Order: sequence, then structure tokens, then C-alpha cells
Amino acid sequence: MGLETFLFIIVGAVAVAAAAGMLFSKSGIHSALFLVLNLACVAVFYLMLSAPFMAMVQITVYAGAIMVLFLFVIMLLGSERIDLGLTDRRLGFQTPAAFALAVLFIVVVAAAVLTGQIPAPQPVNDVQATTHGGPGEVGAVLYTRYLLPFEMVAVLLLAATIGAVVLARDVIPTKRSQRAQMGRIRELRQMITTIETEAASAPGADGEGAEEEAAAPAPAAPAGE
Amino acid sequence: MIEIYLPIVVLLVISVALSVVILFFSRIFGPFRPNRRKLTPYESGMTPIGPAQRRIPVKFYLVAVLFIIFDIEVIFILPWAVVFRDLGAVALVGMAVFIVILLIAFIYEWKKGAMVWE
Amino acid sequence: MELPTLQDLNLAVTLPSMGLALWACVVLAVGLFLPERRRHWNLVLSLGGIVALFLYNLTLFDLPADRQSAFLGMYRADNFTAFVNLIALVTAFFGVLMAYEYLKRTHIDRGEYYPLLLISTSGAMLMGASGDLAVLFVALELLSIPLYIMSGLRRPNAASEESALKYFLLGAFSSAFLVYGVALVYGAAGSTDLSEIFHRVNAGLILDQGLLLAGAGLMLVGLGFKVAAVPFHMWTPDVYQGAPTAVTGYMSVGAKLGGFAGLLRVFIVALPAVSGAGDATGWQDTIALIAALTMILGNVVAIAQRDVKRMLGYSSIAHAGYILMGAAAAGSPDVRDFAVSASLFYLLAYAFTNLGAFAVTVAIEKDDATNPQLDDFNGLSKTRPVLALAMALFMLSLTGIPPTAGVVGKFFLFQAAVNAGMVWLALIGVITSVVSAFYYLRIVVNMYLREGPGEAQAQRSFLGVAVGLAAVGTFVLGVAPVLFLDLAQRAVLVALGG
Repeated sequence: MGLETFLFIIVGAVAVAAAAGMLFSKSGIHSALFLVLNLACVAVFYLMLSAPFMAMVQITVYAGAIMVLFLFVIMLLGSERIDLGLTDRRLGFQTPAAFALAVLFIVVVAAAVLTGQIPAPQPVNDVQATTHGGPGEVGAVLYTRYLLPFEMVAVLLLAATIGAVVLARDVIPTKRSQRAQMGRIRELRQMITTIETEAASAPGADGEGAEEEAAAPAPAAPAGE
Repeated sequence: MIEIYLPIVVLLVISVALSVVILFFSRIFGPFRPNRRKLTPYESGMTPIGPAQRRIPVKFYLVAVLFIIFDIEVIFILPWAVVFRDLGAVALVGMAVFIVILLIAFIYEWKKGAMVWE
Repeated sequence: MELPTLQDLNLAVTLPSMGLALWACVVLAVGLFLPERRRHWNLVLSLGGIVALFLYNLTLFDLPADRQSAFLGMYRADNFTAFVNLIALVTAFFGVLMAYEYLKRTHIDRGEYYPLLLISTSGAMLMGASGDLAVLFVALELLSIPLYIMSGLRRPNAASEESALKYFLLGAFSSAFLVYGVALVYGAAGSTDLSEIFHRVNAGLILDQGLLLAGAGLMLVGLGFKVAAVPFHMWTPDVYQGAPTAVTGYMSVGAKLGGFAGLLRVFIVALPAVSGAGDATGWQDTIALIAALTMILGNVVAIAQRDVKRMLGYSSIAHAGYILMGAAAAGSPDVRDFAVSASLFYLLAYAFTNLGAFAVTVAIEKDDATNPQLDDFNGLSKTRPVLALAMALFMLSLTGIPPTAGVVGKFFLFQAAVNAGMVWLALIGVITSVVSAFYYLRIVVNMYLREGPGEAQAQRSFLGVAVGLAAVGTFVLGVAPVLFLDLAQRAVLVALGG
């Protein structure tokens, strides 16, 4: 057993374990961190397949940027504490069905590999390995042969930028929305004043005590927003 | 073949080992006298209000999305930087077009105030 | 390292699609600096670009063979591409025209609409022009991502947000299918170049037939989602209903056009001979089955709809079925050319008709963002006779009743199916067309025989112009189809290098 096979088995086991950990951990944050581990393992696979550039992309974009985005979303929704409704029994039949299909898929793929339908990947030799998949080699085809998709990607990124701004940025304040906002602020102010006056009058005309208690809830109201 | 990445493995091992060593020794040699005040989460010296896990504003999300977009841009520029001397004028102009289009995206963000934190 | 020369790139022939994408950047940049009272420049610039490229595109038919390839074979500039460009630019023209006042009166007048629409159109054009699976995939994203954004323009309206989110999630999922399919085809054939794949499949040089079949199937799923073919149609009614009506109108034609252009390109140029057993009809039967299901489900479920946009959503599913019938017929080598030109002609007819129908729907929609219902057409013939007449024409065309574009298009498609030996499929097409009369003509009945307020916008407006042009297009294609049929017939796909 060569070094490569040995490494593959170890990293593969870690990758599978991390994927399982992602699925089964109760906390969204933990799931995300398991996914980072899984993506890092995939990066190692890319290295083994002589694609160092892809491995680097995998780490910087997937394990780095996209996972940060995932974590933001989890914190954004507060969903690390949300019950995901997995106890909903209406879709209960899906779990065994998915399990059966997964087993079927694995059996089919394994059968295909074992019977030689899909040939086992050949290890690349040293010459190929050094002339494949590095940033220079990727660049040599990306900006010549694949120039058209490359330029299209620029437009695609532009569209994605527009989408991020249009969909995530607050709506441009129109006159109507501004008026509505002013109304809400006025309402809040009124609420605070009501609380203040109620607090001032509630304990009766007890001089100093009322003064102290009135001061306490007033700052608490905005903090609760 | 994979052996050429041995330095990276060594680097990883050293960094993990170093962090373990630092934590371990400071735990062994440092004084450790906890009390309730000391164990509360640190929040700029104030008494903590509410749980630490609270919903964060959507603005973070916008920043993260924009970060990813420009991150991917860098990924596309990097291979070019490695070999641009061999690629000639067509690739140079191609990259210029790419960057100009993304410059428009940048100006758009700027104008729309996507980077203003209100 | 092969360094491309300017001649290899052949930039001039890619101008309709790539030029439109770049023009979108210009429109976006200019739109950023426009003051409130000059917002109409968005419209002027967009329309100007579309018309200029439309005229330029007319010169790109029948190019000499050495000019038909651009970007080292990534881009095919044949007649098929030119015809797809033609339909796409028509669609974009109407998409811009019918949105201008609509966006204003529903308070979603965001300058981003125009560049997004142009980018999406360029994506549809590039799908038809792709000579490589990499281009096909990026073009699909270029087509789709602006559509997701445009569906959500009426944020924070819940229906619009639902529409955008649903479309995005399912669209991303279907893109994953397509990419997986591309990867498997690449794994089997060792190339992503369409003509290269064709040669290797023909020469038996592929690694594994099963791999190729699985890849083709996954790609069919991804593209089937885009054109809303059963069983990948689930998103359509909800997305159509929630998106702003002008966007729905554009989407109902633009996305389908891109999907079908890509589908025909891949399955006819690259994979004419994919099948499990070795006979050439493997995917033909599959597509025929999908076409039949799509026609039946779309037409039957549309009957039950009261919401105009939902109804048109199911109707668009049904029409995807008719065009798929053409794609299935194109699987038989001897009727391939006729079937492809019939599909393209039908796409053009569908573009005029459906965009017209949506333009009228935009006109009857109220300002308060409620969806137009079938009853909103009541009495329209009394208050707005011209608008009602145009709508009646569109409905007749969608049903397939002369003298309209729809009937000619359907005739060609049925003929293609019969020629390909699929009489049963043509029969299903005819029967479902009869069924469709039930819900299309209900609108005509509502307009002419029912009493009602019949309120509508579109007097002396760009929207009115859009309705008028669409009506003219529908009518002309119906009475004098030869004008375009000739172009469509020339737009057949040549199996590259074969």
C-alpha cells in the first residue's frame, strides 16, 4: 500500500465522518464547522489528484468565504436555537425512502466499479502531475481557450452584485416609506413617555423613590428594541 | 507525488503543536483562581445584558456576499498573474475587460451605498 | 500553448450576445448617475441597444463557413444562433417596453431592471450559441440569476419574495443537475466541446456508454427545469404568480427560449446518438414522453385557475410541451431539420403571442399589487375595444385558431411529429389544444359577453405600443408565415464538422 492510498483512506474516513457529523449535530454552528472540516478533506483530495489550484480555491472560497457566509446566515436567523421541525411526522416517510435510495445508489456505484463498468482512476505520473492543475496551467487555458466563459463570468459576477444589493439592501426610502418610518418613531416616543409617566405616577407621590424608578424603565425601553 | 506537499504538513503540525504547547503551559504554570465575576463573558467591561447568541443584522450578510464576489474575482485573476507574460495581448485585453466590468460592479455598490454602515 | 489571434476570436459575430451584455454594463453605469427626472434614459438606452443589435444580427445569417466559429470554437455563429438571437432580442424589446410604466405605477421603478433584463437576454442568446458545455453552463447562469433577482423586485411584498426565493432555490438545484450531467459527459467523452463529443460518440471512442447516458439524462433534467417541462414544472405557477407581471412576461419567453436553445444545441449537435442499447432513438422516446406529460398536465390544470398569471403559467408549461414535441421529432435524423425549424418558428410565434398576452395582463393589473383575476377582463370590450380585440387575438393564437401565429406554429410541430412517426404524440397535441380552448376562450367570453367595469391602463403609452406590435407580429406570422419560415428553415443545425 503506497503512501497515497494510505493517505486517501485516512482523509476519506475523516471526510465521511465530518459529513456525518454535519448532518447529525444539533447545533447549526457545529454543523457548519463540520462542513469546514469536510471541505478541507476535499481540498486534500484535489491535491492528490494533482490539482493544487483547485485545492487552493477550495480552501479560500469554500472553506473560507462561503462558510463565513453560512455562519452569518445561521446567526442572522438565530437558527442555531430554532427547532427545525424535524419532528414533523407528515414527511416521516421521507427518511426511510431517502435511506433506501442512498443504499441503492451506493450499491449501483460499487457494482459498477467492481465489475469494471467505470474504470478505476489511474494514478497520474510525475510529468502529468507537474504540468496539470497548477495556477499557471489553469491560466494557460483559462485566458486563451476558455476566454469566452471567462468574460461571461465577469458579467455573471456583476449580476450577482446587483442581486446582493437589490435583495439584501434596504429598500430605497421613498417619500411614503419615510412617512411611515416617522410615524413609527413618533409611536415609540409616545410609548416611552407613557411608560415614564406611568412609572412616575404608579408608586404614588412618594417623592424621591418615584424619581429613581422613573429613570430606570425609560432607558430600558430603547434597549429592548 | 503527494510528498511534495510535505512542507505544508510540517507547517500544520508545527502550528497545531505550538497552540497546544502554549495553552498547556499557561494552564500549568499560570495561576488559576476563578470566581463568578471572572467567568462571565467579557463584554467591554460592562455587565452582560442578554444572551451572547442574538440575531445579527442583515447588513453583515450583504458584506459577506460582496466579499465572496470579490474573492472569486481574485481567484480568477490569480492564474493570470502567474502566466501573463506568456499569454500575450489577447489575454491582457481579456483581463482588462474582466476588471472593467467588475469595476462597474464596484462603482454600482459604492453609489448604492452598499458599503455604508448607516 | 496555443495563443488565440484576433481572427480566431472573431469578435464581430459574437456582438449580438456579448455586445448586449456589455451594453447592459453601460446602461447600469449610466443609470447610476441619472437624476430622478431623467429616468427615461434607462428605457431609451436599453431599447436603442436592442434595436441596433437586432438590425446588426440580421446581417449574421448565412455567414461563410470560416466565420461561423468564434472564441476558438466556443461560440457557434450559425443560422441557428442568429435566429435564436432574433427571438431573444424581440423578447427583450417587449420586456423593456411593457415594464416602463408598470414599474413606475407599482413603485418598483429601480434602474437595475433594465441591465438585468439585458444580461438575462444575452444569457439566452449564448445558450443557443454555445459550442462548449462550459459556455452552456455559464450562459444558463447568466440567463437565470438576473431572473431570480427580477422576480424579487417587489420586495418586501411577500409573494414576490416567495417567488424569488423559490425560483432561486429550485433553479440552483437544477443547475447542479446540469453541472453534474456536464461532468459525467466530460468523464465519458473526454471533452466538453460539442462537436468533439459528437465525433467521439460516433466513433465509439467514449469511455463508458452508461456514464454518457447518465450525464445526458442529468442535463435533460437541468434544461427541463428551465423550460418548465413536467415533472420539473412545480416552480412555475408560484414563481409566475409572485413575480411582477412584466417580469413574468419576459421570463415566460426568455427562460424558455434559452432552455430550448440549449436543449436543441446539446442533444442534436453533441449527442444525437446517446442511448443505452445503441439505437438512435434512446432519448427521443424520453423527450416524447416528457412532451406528452407536459402538454396534458399544463392544459388540464390551467382550466382550474382563476388567477390570470397562474393560468398563463400553466399555459406556458403546456406550450413547453408543444415545443418539446418538436425537439423529440428532431431525434429522427431525416426530419431533424424540419423539426428544428418548426420548433424555432413556434418559439417566435409563442414570443409574440405570450408577450402580447402578458402586456394586456399588465394593462389590466391594478396599482395596488393585487394579482389580476379572470373576472377583471369582464366587459373589457365595451370600455377598451382595441385592447380587447388584441387580447382575443392572443388567446386565439395560444389556442391555435387561424388567422394567428399559433396555428401555423402548431401545424408545423404536428407535422414534424407525424413525419417522425410519432402520430400518437401529434394526436395528444391536437386533443390538448382543444382542451386549451376552454380556458383561453373563457377570457374572450369574459371580455365580450360579460358585464363588468373593464378597467385598464395602456392608453397612449409604451405598453399600448407593446400590445400593438405584439398583435401585429402575431397576425403577420399567422397570415404570411413564409416571411419568417424561410429564415427558420435556414436556421437548421448542422451537425458540426459532420
